Amino acid sequence: MSRGTRILRGARAREITARALAAVPLNYAVTSALTVLIARLLPGGGAQASIGATMLSFAIFAGLAMTAFAVRSVARLWIAFVGIALFAGVVDWMLIHWGGRL
Amino acid sequence: MKGGFRQSMAWLHTWTGLLLGWLLFAIFVTGTSAYFQEEITRWMTPEVRSVPADPASGFAGAVRWLEREAPGASEWSAYSAGKRTAGLQLYWVNGPDASADAPTEARLDGAGRKVEARETLGGWFLYRFHYDLHYINWYWARWLVGVAAMAMLVAILSGIVTHKKIIADFFLLRFGKGQRSWLDVHNVSSVLFLPFILMITYTGLVSLATHYMPWGVAANYSDQAKFVDAAFPWPAPGERAGAAPLVPVAPLVERAEHGWGVAAGSIRILNPGDRSARIIVSSAPDSSMFVRPRSITFDGVTGRQIDARDPSGAATNTESAMIGLHAGRYANMLLRVLYFLSGLAGCVMVASGLILWTVKRRARLPDPGRPHPGFRLVEKLNIAAIVGLPFGIAVYFLANRLLSLGIEGRSEQEIDAMFIAWGAIAVWAIARPARRAWIESLSAAALAFVSVPIVNALTTSRGLPASLMAGDSIFALFDIAMLVIAAGFCGAAFKVAQRDAGRAANRRMRKASPPATEVA
Repeated sequence: MSRGTRILRGARAREITARALAAVPLNYAVTSALTVLIARLLPGGGAQASIGATMLSFAIFAGLAMTAFAVRSVARLWIAFVGIALFAGVVDWMLIHWGGRL
Repeated sequence: MKGGFRQSMAWLHTWTGLLLGWLLFAIFVTGTSAYFQEEITRWMTPEVRSVPADPASGFAGAVRWLEREAPGASEWSAYSAGKRTAGLQLYWVNGPDASADAPTEARLDGAGRKVEARETLGGWFLYRFHYDLHYINWYWARWLVGVAAMAMLVAILSGIVTHKKIIADFFLLRFGKGQRSWLDVHNVSSVLFLPFILMITYTGLVSLATHYMPWGVAANYSDQAKFVDAAFPWPAPGERAGAAPLVPVAPLVERAEHGWGVAAGSIRILNPGDRSARIIVSSAPDSSMFVRPRSITFDGVTGRQIDARDPSGAATNTESAMIGLHAGRYANMLLRVLYFLSGLAGCVMVASGLILWTVKRRARLPDPGRPHPGFRLVEKLNIAAIVGLPFGIAVYFLANRLLSLGIEGRSEQEIDAMFIAWGAIAVWAIARPARRAWIESLSAAALAFVSVPIVNALTTSRGLPASLMAGDSIFALFDIAMLVIAAGFCGAAFKVAQRDAGRAANRRMRKASPPATEVA
């Protein structure tokens, strides 16, 4: 194997690892933050909102997992995912802090 | 990723599919068998000859039995086995003066007698395996199954994206063309059954939703228990207030059924024989597509209605219907057969996808005679997963007939037999060359399935000829199904052997005269 191929292979392995980490653990954090947000915002009382948001979470997770392998730039992918998780997380925290829970 | 959207989705489809395909195959096979869970259990308890009974008199019989056998209990409950089979499952909570090892459950037949049958978990074990697995902690098993289901969802969605001509694939099935045929089988089984496969994967995740995604509940409740109380109330027995006779339950069950227009599925009696007694009648989970039951609470002494619960709300009803669609308890026989066939299509989809991975790569191997270790591993795991589990299930059925009846832990030994058989195929696949292992394990599976009706005829009085004569459709169809499955495995073994023979002949011919044109 030439040195060039080896470098290319290493780069590809690193890229796939970065995408897989974004697609699974990071995705779980993003989806959880969004699920909490939806559960806080849906109407119809706590139980209905929680059940509704939980059911939607699987579609969100699947969509984000595909996105993680579809977009071109790994750096932008991470920035976007971390950004969404942080933004949703802060809003979640504020909603729960001021709105309280059952 | 480089190479465009479709290529990156194709890559994702291939690798999520391969990584979790073996587990998915096991989930699909056992989950599909669960559509006939009751029938499998009936076959595995040949001593029971149930007579159907209407729910109201069944519950009245259960209460009479419990009054006799568990008089001091603080709580009784009786669950109907469903519309496909007669009988009731009883549970009770013993009072403080009962010994610690006193029984807390029993099964009654349609006539209200205690069922005395061989100790087996029957079809319930296969059903349970499809999301709780076995030998490992159920909590982590569910996570493993959930990861597989999510991988499946991603594989399906990326598979759809990867597709160029989805409509044409409805009609395209070319046999005897190697890789092209495997791709056709994979496409036909997944595209034709796409609605089912998408539905079953998503509703499967929803069935265990809060296990995987507890944060939606945590958003609105400080404690999971508060949510459970709000969404699925389960009243506990109150303070005892002095003896008083229990009102007859049959009229209450009938009243509840009349009000709902559907059958009752269970009753729960709190503090029976006390002034504070409560009788809770719930609708049957197989009476409609919505699995969450309706319930009415009656005063256990006067029979007055105290409370009525009707699951309502858009999200609750959606969830209830999704779980109902997944489990298919509501389905009549025709729909049940369609469910079963769709499940089989799912098995074919996963298996053909796994095989396609090897077929596609074999052509590109530098030396097909000596593939690299990764390729060999996939090849062997494919045999172990695709043939090993069905073989194990056949052995599970055989063990049910062959293990002696009185032994300790009999039901667990049946299960052990299944996994030992499965493991044996895995060891065989590792030890033998892949092609030989395919032929031999497929033949072993065919032999095991054909033995099931034979052993049944030899060990019980309910063999296939007897069942056919008696018009016993469940037993007859079970035995026939085993023969059909055996024929399928036999056909597969022949096919692989034939192809091998064809290849060997080709090779000999090529050696004899160097060909001018390559035969694809």
